[in-house]
Amino acid sequence: MEYLNILFLETYKILFLLLPVLVSVAMIVWLDRRIWAFVQKRKGPNVVGPFGLLQSLADALKYIFKEIIIPASSNKIIFILAPIVTMTLALVAWAVIPFSEDFVLADINVGILYIFAISSLGVYGIIMGGWASNSKYPFLGSIRSAAQMVSYEVSIGVIIINVLLCVGSLNLSDIVLAQEKIWFVVPLFPMFVIFFISALAETNRPPFDLPEAEAELVSGYQTEYSGMMYAMFWLGEYANILLMCALGSILFLGGWLSPLDIFPFTIIPNPLWLIIKILFLFVLFALVKAIVPRYRYDQLMRLGWKVFLPISLIWVVLTSGYLMYFDLLPKN
Amino acid sequence: MQAHAFFFYIFSLIAIISAIMVTASKNTVHSVFFLILDFISISCLFILIGAEFLGMIMLIVYVGAVAVLFLFVVMMLNVAQQKNQWFGATSGSKHIPVGMIVSLIIFFELLIVIGGWKLKPDLANEFMKLSTTVVTNTHSIGNVLYTDYIHLFQLSGMILLVAMIGAIVLTFRKRTGIKKQSYISQISREKNDGVELVEVKNNEGVKIDV
Repeated sequence: MEYLNILFLETYKILFLLLPVLVSVAMIVWLDRRIWAFVQKRKGPNVVGPFGLLQSLADALKYIFKEIIIPASSNKIIFILAPIVTMTLALVAWAVIPFSEDFVLADINVGILYIFAISSLGVYGIIMGGWASNSKYPFLGSIRSAAQMVSYEVSIGVIIINVLLCVGSLNLSDIVLAQEKIWFVVPLFPMFVIFFISALAETNRPPFDLPEAEAELVSGYQTEYSGMMYAMFWLGEYANILLMCALGSILFLGGWLSPLDIFPFTIIPNPLWLIIKILFLFVLFALVKAIVPRYRYDQLMRLGWKVFLPISLIWVVLTSGYLMYFDLLPKN
Repeated sequence: MQAHAFFFYIFSLIAIISAIMVTASKNTVHSVFFLILDFISISCLFILIGAEFLGMIMLIVYVGAVAVLFLFVVMMLNVAQQKNQWFGATSGSKHIPVGMIVSLIIFFELLIVIGGWKLKPDLANEFMKLSTTVVTNTHSIGNVLYTDYIHLFQLSGMILLVAMIGAIVLTFRKRTGIKKQSYISQISREKNDGVELVEVKNNEGVKIDV
């Protein structure tokens, strides 16, 4: 009976977290398209609902009622599993995101490693989808994207080490609380820039959207997907983008903390600050999509391995040297 | 404690079944997927015994990087359609003796480890301390790794570095006849290098030397 109670309570908490995430994913797709349109002097989706807010819901409704076509020569089990894996992994990672000091689903010791692990698992949805489609374009797209995500994960990992050196804990709440005096974006600004660009590559966003470069690969690994399965890929992708924005704001922008601990800033409750920061980063993501042209594949690999990795490694040496010399290493 | 045991049996069942399926499945890509499932369930077992750092590192390193490379190789070499000859093979496979030797060695290693615990129970208690002390096990691993075992740790790092350089040297080949872009020469190009004004006489044309 006790277990059942715990189970119900946890389920309730999970729903309380997941439903807002799913709704905000739908809203964020709308925001993305709107910003993209405004940069190009268009209006974007503005018909369904006020300001076109319900456009994504209308799209989702359409996807639900479309027929799911499974290619005859595909590997059916893996073909169906791929979007499920993508979507599940994108949602599961939200369990450890702290919205305020006591508003977090699972306050685990290795929170940052958990997010890192989940995001490194995300590549499987894409590989599985590309391989199981048994078609040239999806396969090429998935191979590209797997190489891309594995490469940029390395630099993201090294950047996370930079932050961890300053915090001394793998717990996400501790990382936020360590920024009470100063946000890490100030001392680690170059790392923030590299993290942002790597996050773009990690989530397959433009200018690094080579897995689905429509000029070369039709739609990459999503080519053979239709209906709700396509929509799940799409939801998973945007949930991942939101997650990366959340991770960026927790690592560098002080998570739920307000910029200054004085009157006008303290009115806004803590979770709202995190949401504002996530939105700010997302607007940057959307602007980059609208402004920057797509990278070529060899340029992408060169940027990841020959530029970002050495810079972030050197920065690890600098940060640890600085902390060591001035005796600022966190102790516990 | 019941829930703990329940999850332990679920994850170990998944681990064992998927380990069998790695060798038994006919499609090589399926084998790799089962291997991944095995890694994931084993990292769940690590988390269950309180070694959350090891579990997460297992996920990141094995599932996030190593298994992706496995998948790459299997998909690229197109061995996916090759039939696995373990079960239902008409003639004995050549790999069976080697496999037997490896599995025997692993079996005896396991015997030694478990026997050691049986002979010296306090040895096991040393390991159990990891999950019971106040500090997180990330801290305790770091404390051991960077103090008592620092030389071994650095040595293994050097071995990995040598292996990495060796792999790169072995596979690197200089190919002739490929066009490469030099970013520096592209960026440092100026108007004088690229543009030349030529006086052209009427009806004579101009000779351009490359």
